[in-house]
Amino acid sequence: MTSMGSLILRTTARFLLPLLLLFSVFILLRGHDEPGGGFIAGLIVSTAFALYLFAFDVARTRELMGADPRFLLGLGLLIATLSGIPPIFFGEPFFTGLWWPIDVPGFGEVKLSTPLIFDIGVYLVVFGAVMTIVLALAEAEE
Amino acid sequence: MLIAVLSGFILAAFAPWLTRAFGDKAGWLLAILPASLFVYFASFIPAVSEQGAVVLEYSWIPGLDISLNMLVDGLSLLFALLISGIGTFIITYAGGYLRGHEYLPRFYGIMFSFMAAMLGLVLSNNLITLFVFWELTSITSFLLIGFNHEDKQARWCALQGLLVTVAGGLALLAGLVMIGITAGSFELSEVLAGGDVLRDNPLYTAIVLLVLAGCFTKSAQVPFHFWLPNAMAAPTPVSAFLHSATMVKAGVYLMARLNPGLGGTDLWLYLLGIVGALTMFTGSFMALRSTGIKAILAYTTIMALGTLTMLIGIGTEAAIIAAMTFLLAHALYKAALFMLAGAVDHETGTKNILKLGGLRGLMPITFLAACVAALSLAGLPPLFGFIAKELMFEATIGAPGIAFFVSLLALASAMMIAAMAAVFAIRPFTGELKETPKTPHEAPPSMLAGPVVLASLSLIFGLLGFIPAGAVVGSAVQAVYGSPLEVELYLWHGFNLPLLLSVLAIVGGVVLFLRWEQVLDTFSRMTFIDRFGPERGYEKSMDGLTWLAAWQTRTLQNGYLRTYLSVTVLTTVVLTLWAYFVRAGAPVHIGDLDFTFYELAVAGLVVVGAIVASVTSSRLGAVATLGMVGFGVALIYVLFSAPDLGITQIMVETLTVILLVLVLYRLPGFLKLSSPAARVRDAAIAGSLGVTMTLLILAVNGVTVVEPISDQLTAWSYPEAHGRNIVNVILVDFRALDTLGELFVVGLAGIGVYAMIRLRAEDKGQ
Repeated sequence: MTSMGSLILRTTARFLLPLLLLFSVFILLRGHDEPGGGFIAGLIVSTAFALYLFAFDVARTRELMGADPRFLLGLGLLIATLSGIPPIFFGEPFFTGLWWPIDVPGFGEVKLSTPLIFDIGVYLVVFGAVMTIVLALAEAEE
Repeated sequence: MLIAVLSGFILAAFAPWLTRAFGDKAGWLLAILPASLFVYFASFIPAVSEQGAVVLEYSWIPGLDISLNMLVDGLSLLFALLISGIGTFIITYAGGYLRGHEYLPRFYGIMFSFMAAMLGLVLSNNLITLFVFWELTSITSFLLIGFNHEDKQARWCALQGLLVTVAGGLALLAGLVMIGITAGSFELSEVLAGGDVLRDNPLYTAIVLLVLAGCFTKSAQVPFHFWLPNAMAAPTPVSAFLHSATMVKAGVYLMARLNPGLGGTDLWLYLLGIVGALTMFTGSFMALRSTGIKAILAYTTIMALGTLTMLIGIGTEAAIIAAMTFLLAHALYKAALFMLAGAVDHETGTKNILKLGGLRGLMPITFLAACVAALSLAGLPPLFGFIAKELMFEATIGAPGIAFFVSLLALASAMMIAAMAAVFAIRPFTGELKETPKTPHEAPPSMLAGPVVLASLSLIFGLLGFIPAGAVVGSAVQAVYGSPLEVELYLWHGFNLPLLLSVLAIVGGVVLFLRWEQVLDTFSRMTFIDRFGPERGYEKSMDGLTWLAAWQTRTLQNGYLRTYLSVTVLTTVVLTLWAYFVRAGAPVHIGDLDFTFYELAVAGLVVVGAIVASVTSSRLGAVATLGMVGFGVALIYVLFSAPDLGITQIMVETLTVILLVLVLYRLPGFLKLSSPAARVRDAAIAGSLGVTMTLLILAVNGVTVVEPISDQLTAWSYPEAHGRNIVNVILVDFRALDTLGELFVVGLAGIGVYAMIRLRAEDKGQ
């Protein structure tokens, strides 16, 4: 499957990847109020890299990702688990949501919260798990 | 108090680092913690003597009725003092014994965890918390017994100890839960104050049997006693700790603890009395035919555990006083003897008592301490062990119903133990010096401090019986007996039957000692004991377990995806249909058939896609039509206003196609391998799932059993969780813990697939 992509696919992938990345972050952040969330966003970013993988090869995809997907997977689990801990210091049960809404002038309200951190964990786990599988399969192919 | 109990766990985290930093001095430094715990627990003595019991409350999981409440009464205090007191000496001793050992830092880490678990076990006022600590002691002692993990024998012994005690622990959990439900509370202080609630309940027999299954395995009662001698695979400091004050005494602790609630019945009396007496006899007999210095001591521990169980079962005033006195006496001399045995082993390089001799001059302090401790073991005046033995005989004579039986066994055991005490204290030290693997010399101070202090205590407590009686034994007896009792301990009880039995035991012991080599010769030829002992039963059941695992793996986990699918589908279908027809009475609710043409069109597409996918003979065609099914389902989600589900479905479908494309190249060419009959069978299985799901939907369609929770979640979503997307709010807030669990599943699945692919790739590479 090495570099099987056509010129059209490569060019498309190169342009689509940053857009899809941005889109996934958008979906992740708006998830609490509109359709979206960490799970969907994780799948979107995985698809983006899978597309890139088809257009180029495993080595280039890995290089672009910057980190081993298994590391991202573990990091996601860690973040998700840790996000449940802060409420304990406020005398609340594990995983009680904590909220710090901030007004950003000219943008509106930004809702920082522990559920958001948790959702980022979900995002990383899904991304890490899917890419672990996809890259392993692709590598076995090569 | 909570900090005192948990401090061991905290120190366990730092112990390895401290050990490396302080090197050979670490033992002395680390012993400061158990020593200060000892002082701290001792400060409770006045309060406990006055009030009987002190309960300190800490909540843990209030929703499940699980607390970290601590119950400090005579019994728990006696144990806490023994654990921390003997623990102090064990820690310093280990510093000498394992000096320079590669894994000493790790050893201290496990040891402190174990000590903390043991303290938690004896101080918990909550049955569930108690159980958690109980299992923690099993796990940490597994690590301690298997400390020399490069030795196959040690690993095997550790596993045996773990399996036996954990199997019992499982029964214990059931028993404790039943106690909690029956008594209406999981707090020990309330359960024990409940009077006859447990005894009058129809579940009483089941509770006793389950709880005792836990206690008997943990405290190595016949027929589960075999794991304990094997636990000697541990380094000596561990054996000394496990055998004297901890681990194996946990079962005794629990029996004593529950005695006011469960004791006093015939079942309790006969089970504990007879099993205990048999264990006592077995332990003594096996000690008599052992030649290893640690093996002798291990079997005398079984004797002591049997004695304690028997005394708790007898349950009379005299028996409980005897039990608590014996407990203390045994802890003192057994810890000392084990540490001395370790010192001899460490300095000479052999454990075989037949190969030792003439060490008196070379190890004078060891010899002296061994003499004192062994005199206490043998039960000779003026040592504390003598008082304990006198009390034991008094208790067995007064045992209701089984007096003759238990007294006879007690006398026989006492004779054999007296003989072995003499063998232990005299043979290695007298006679001519024998050649040993190492040139012997006196052990270092760190290894002598414990035995010397503990042996001296055996002597002091014997002469001045009012010290232990007034400090803790008295209030311990009160806690176990359930009502206040006057406890006085002194050496001279006048000329009576117990004294006569004591004298007989000593005389018998001396005779046995003088003829020990002959006795040993006779008994060691009785190899059928080793061949048909309960340990064979353990091995057989382990073999059986392995066979069962192999069988079920071959049958159910055979590696064929179609088998997994069939089993999963058929199980679901059978259980669901059973519930549908038998439990629910086959309800069908068609409802109003109101649909639009595009809904029908999408449904039609899905059906056509499914049919084509299952009959096509082209892989690519199958992938494409399966995609058609998936996107159709996504459309249905969108039509029924579930955009999140719809998006997810589309993403999953996209990724599935990607994965299939990656895999497709690796598959062999498309072949029809299945026979027509197999295809019919598979169609039937697949069809049954479809029919079941259809029936299920028709059934739930018209049923509203409870108010749907979704209404409430929708109402809460914005005010409580600041989110308008209810799906996401449920995922990351309301049910975040579930999501976390699922994340771990996703992670594991990813790693699992990765491992499978990589392993195959590596296999091929080779």
